[in-house]
Amino acid sequence: MDLSDPVLDRLRQVATIPDLGQTRYVLEKEIGRGAMGIVYAAHDRDLDRPVALKVLDSTFAAEAQLIARLEHPAVVPIYETGVLPDGRCFYAMKLIAGTRLDKYAAGPASLTERLRVLRRVAEVLAFAHRCEVIHRDLKPQNIMVGEFGQVYVMDWGIAAVQGTADFRAPEPSLDWRSDIYSLGVLMGFLLSESSSPALRAIVTKAISTDPAARYPDAAAFLKDIDHFEEGRAVEAWSEPLWYGLQRFGSRNAILLWLLAAYAGVKFLLFFLRTL
Amino acid sequence: MNKIFVGLLFGLILGAIDGATAWFTPEVRPMITGIMVGSSVKGMVVGLLCGWFARKVQSTMLGVVVGAALGLLFAYLVAAMPSANGHHYYLEIMLPGFVVGAIVGFLTQRMGTPLGRTTEDMKRAG
Repeated sequence: MDLSDPVLDRLRQVATIPDLGQTRYVLEKEIGRGAMGIVYAAHDRDLDRPVALKVLDSTFAAEAQLIARLEHPAVVPIYETGVLPDGRCFYAMKLIAGTRLDKYAAGPASLTERLRVLRRVAEVLAFAHRCEVIHRDLKPQNIMVGEFGQVYVMDWGIAAVQGTADFRAPEPSLDWRSDIYSLGVLMGFLLSESSSPALRAIVTKAISTDPAARYPDAAAFLKDIDHFEEGRAVEAWSEPLWYGLQRFGSRNAILLWLLAAYAGVKFLLFFLRTL
Repeated sequence: MNKIFVGLLFGLILGAIDGATAWFTPEVRPMITGIMVGSSVKGMVVGLLCGWFARKVQSTMLGVVVGAALGLLFAYLVAAMPSANGHHYYLEIMLPGFVVGAIVGFLTQRMGTPLGRTTEDMKRAG
């Protein structure tokens, strides 16, 4: 008997649906597929709250242990881990209501808001790197912006994950500098073509093919973003003199106006006296 | 650097420079030293008050307004003081005093450490 493609697809789908009969969760719907498993929306019967349930393809539960090490506001907290009757591991985590970064970037968010999101991502990376955890697969699809502007970085990678082509660093073995590369690509993704040359220089430095030429860590990347936002020179770019003067002028506009006012007052008084 | 110290420092420097511009008025040129000292003291008092205000309120706009008002007030007090020739230089003292006060008010808002926060605290807070 031949089975048609739709029938096979349906069978595959049914086979992957987790049996949650022995857990406290009721499955609602599939909400995404990550590198290592499928994420479902579920309901916690005991605590009467919605949760996200990630069912891993293998019995490898290291991802949950890895995330549990990262207690940070931008890391989705894990509530519980367990094993399904078919041997697959799962973990329950907070269900995030928000927009995926790729959809968020397509919207009308301002540059300030985009940089705020980027800063949150860089902050959590800096924290994770300090905990000796690297993400390995940083991309817009793994970042959520909550309805109140919260930023969550998800799908923290394990050794088996080797990143997504467009966002993956070119070096064969990934380390924390590979995350800096992905952060740079992410920044380029968030910015428009007409962005400031200083911001483009930050992207260029972060995505350098030579890992040693990138920012040494996420904190250094953040520092350059801070400098840009404060109207100071960024490390990534040797700016031309005219640009530096323009930047100084816009950063100190009030002071320059006050000094000009002082000079104007003095000249006015001088000419009034000579009349 | 403490905001009150910033206010005192810039009040002293800008007050001295403002006083030194009296050199362009020939009739008061012989009294330039006294004018510079007086203007510096006035600048320091305005700077002290602006620095104190900046520790309490963090707003560039309010800092400029308060600095300008204090500069104007103290410049008025100086201009109203009895002088040797009996002439009061209200416009010549109050107008620059007003602007210098605004500059000191601006600088105390932009520079120095706010109340209750050390430089280390600020670095930690990012």
